[in-house]
Amino acid sequence: MTGNYSRFDVPARAANLLLKGARVIDPAIKLDQIVNLHVKDGVLHVISGESVPSGADVIDLRGHWITPGWFDLHVHLREPGKEVAETIATGCMAAMNGGFTGIACMPNTQPPLDDAASVNWVRDQARGFPVEVNVIAAVTRGREGKELVDMSEIVEAGVRAFSDDGGPVKSSAVLRHAVEYSNMLGARIFEHAEDKYLADGGCMNESEWSTRLGVAGIPTIAEAIDVARCVLISEYTGGAIHICHVSARESVEQIRSAKERGLKVTAEVCPHHLLLTDEMCKTFDTNYKMNPPLRGEEDRKACWEAFLDGTLDVYCTDHAPHSWEDKTQEFDVAPFGIVGLETALGLALTHFLNKGMTLETLLDRVVYAPRRILAQDIPSIAEGKPANLTIVDPEHVWKVDPETFKSLSHNTPFGGWEMKGRARGVINRGYALIQTF
Amino acid sequence: MSLLSQRHMLGLADYSAEDIQTILDTALQMRDILDRPVKKVPTLRGVTVVNLFLENSTRTRTSFELAEKRLSADTLNFSASGSALSKGETMLDTALNIEAMKVDVVVMRHKSPGSPHFLARHLESIIINAGDGRHEHPTQGLLDMLTLRDKFGTLKGLRVALVGDILHSRVAMSNIIGLKKMGAEVIICGPATLIPRGLANMGVEITHSLDDVIQKADALNILRIQLERQSSGLFPSLREYHKYFGVNRVRLEKAATPLTILHPGPINRGVEITSDVADSEHSVILQQVTNGVAVRMAVLYLLAGGRAETSDSKAA
Repeated sequence: MTGNYSRFDVPARAANLLLKGARVIDPAIKLDQIVNLHVKDGVLHVISGESVPSGADVIDLRGHWITPGWFDLHVHLREPGKEVAETIATGCMAAMNGGFTGIACMPNTQPPLDDAASVNWVRDQARGFPVEVNVIAAVTRGREGKELVDMSEIVEAGVRAFSDDGGPVKSSAVLRHAVEYSNMLGARIFEHAEDKYLADGGCMNESEWSTRLGVAGIPTIAEAIDVARCVLISEYTGGAIHICHVSARESVEQIRSAKERGLKVTAEVCPHHLLLTDEMCKTFDTNYKMNPPLRGEEDRKACWEAFLDGTLDVYCTDHAPHSWEDKTQEFDVAPFGIVGLETALGLALTHFLNKGMTLETLLDRVVYAPRRILAQDIPSIAEGKPANLTIVDPEHVWKVDPETFKSLSHNTPFGGWEMKGRARGVINRGYALIQTF
Repeated sequence: MSLLSQRHMLGLADYSAEDIQTILDTALQMRDILDRPVKKVPTLRGVTVVNLFLENSTRTRTSFELAEKRLSADTLNFSASGSALSKGETMLDTALNIEAMKVDVVVMRHKSPGSPHFLARHLESIIINAGDGRHEHPTQGLLDMLTLRDKFGTLKGLRVALVGDILHSRVAMSNIIGLKKMGAEVIICGPATLIPRGLANMGVEITHSLDDVIQKADALNILRIQLERQSSGLFPSLREYHKYFGVNRVRLEKAATPLTILHPGPINRGVEITSDVADSEHSVILQQVTNGVAVRMAVLYLLAGGRAETSDSKAA
């Protein structure tokens, strides 16, 4: 393999690449076979036989998988405002390292992304990376929960989702109007479901563990009550609404019942809510502090079941970078959130795949569903299509070392975890990055 | 080198029944010192103890300071007001700066649960928790157990009721954990809004009837009720609280045998406890205060005594 594509911080142009010997999997077009792919100026060509296009860099990918590019629907880039924790560029590098060719970033920056100019500015910063950055714009001006942003203009700038994530849209009237107005434009609201009165002052799940640890609790119903509100608003207005980072059994039940009634409610789940529980807060390690918090075993199981059966449509990370200084404080003082871009794929392959979840289902949760919800084109591994690919080494065994993250922040509870399966590279938007390890 | 299985005292959750027994037995010897004409021993000579009190507490700080002085430790008091913390320094930087002055033991009071655990991860010093938010107050739990053991001879099988605001009480948590480990039965009594979720999983009996508790219990540990809990809507009024959860003589007289009365202080006379109960012959509230000094001496000696020996041998 030629070295150009493996220089990490500078993705190379995907000018003339032969991806050789990989198992190519695209369930949407019923493709699952070993076939050589030629990427020429960012465009895909399926090569029959063993011919090598002239001048192509040949990359031996025997034993690897190539899938349509993975997409993380819930990412916090900290630029503008908190560039010590993450910039748009370092967030893109973390995404590449984690195998994502697309991310949707939340608008709770300082200042918030609440107009077309700021949306365009963020997208401009991501030029030159094989990662598409879809901006989710704020629902309300300044994320203050009062006036709607200029939604039509922002949708014209290419945005299809609005969220005041970091917190809920507190007023049900504002939320109702936001759903009606955004749906008129073919966009939808992403709600961080949380009743602020019930959650007030809480730092972890309210349970026997919060009691033992003397930490103020956030009850599961703080989330589920807002989910119920969203379901009712969706039903009443006929509008689509997306529930962010579901963590509680009661929320899952609300969403399942809404889907059974045919409502346009979608939802997402994060790896930590599928793998960890509130008991892990017992060392007061702030890498177990996030919002919504780690819940009990019963909630974890309910999320897993819902992830399997599609009640929870999307697997995303809620990548929330925080500096060492901010996280190295008292448990109740430290900010909520953990990074996720560079561990999500490994966790999915190690803990979900073939442990109840098929590759086809997993790819639906990380490739197709997030883009359906954002009304984006679904990448397809077919002749003449733009190359939008994630290359995976499913057998690579590695141990998570946060110090090696490309993200500026290392706040993860998964440090030291053994993984089997790792992203080897990504190709998108005419750029490629292929790693050696 | 510690004479206990733990290096720090972060909470009674980490302590075995055997360790608790050792502390209570040692505290008895320490109490003898307090009764001598010269109330001072050289046990911790050369050991430096910082009382890092980032939340106001005159009572616990005084008790620790006295315990340290009785053992001949060098002590230093550090409080939040006027310190660098009020100028925006992080707790970790404050603690590292203090440790850089070569201290051996940090006694810490802070509003954040788990803050002593946090310091223990980042500092070399021995950390003693003097109350972390609503989490634990281990020396209070120990002094309550010592006081009960004095009175009843043993903790095994003893029925101890904790009455009042359990939700916000670090005293309650350390008592529950310690008493359960020592084989006592724990009854919890308070309004439903002041009893935290999942408490029943800790093997305690929960009731909202004070009169029932008075029939069943051998001792009542009455917790302080704070006025701000009422304004945050957790109970309707102090008047109603006193009527249904306040301990008074008339209520207590219904008990078959007189109940022993404990209170961690400071007491609100006429709210959670009436004067005729607080000052009665069955009240051990002042013994608790004396035992507090003895228990803290025992903990300091058992955790830091090894350091004193080391420095002595070096000097020799």
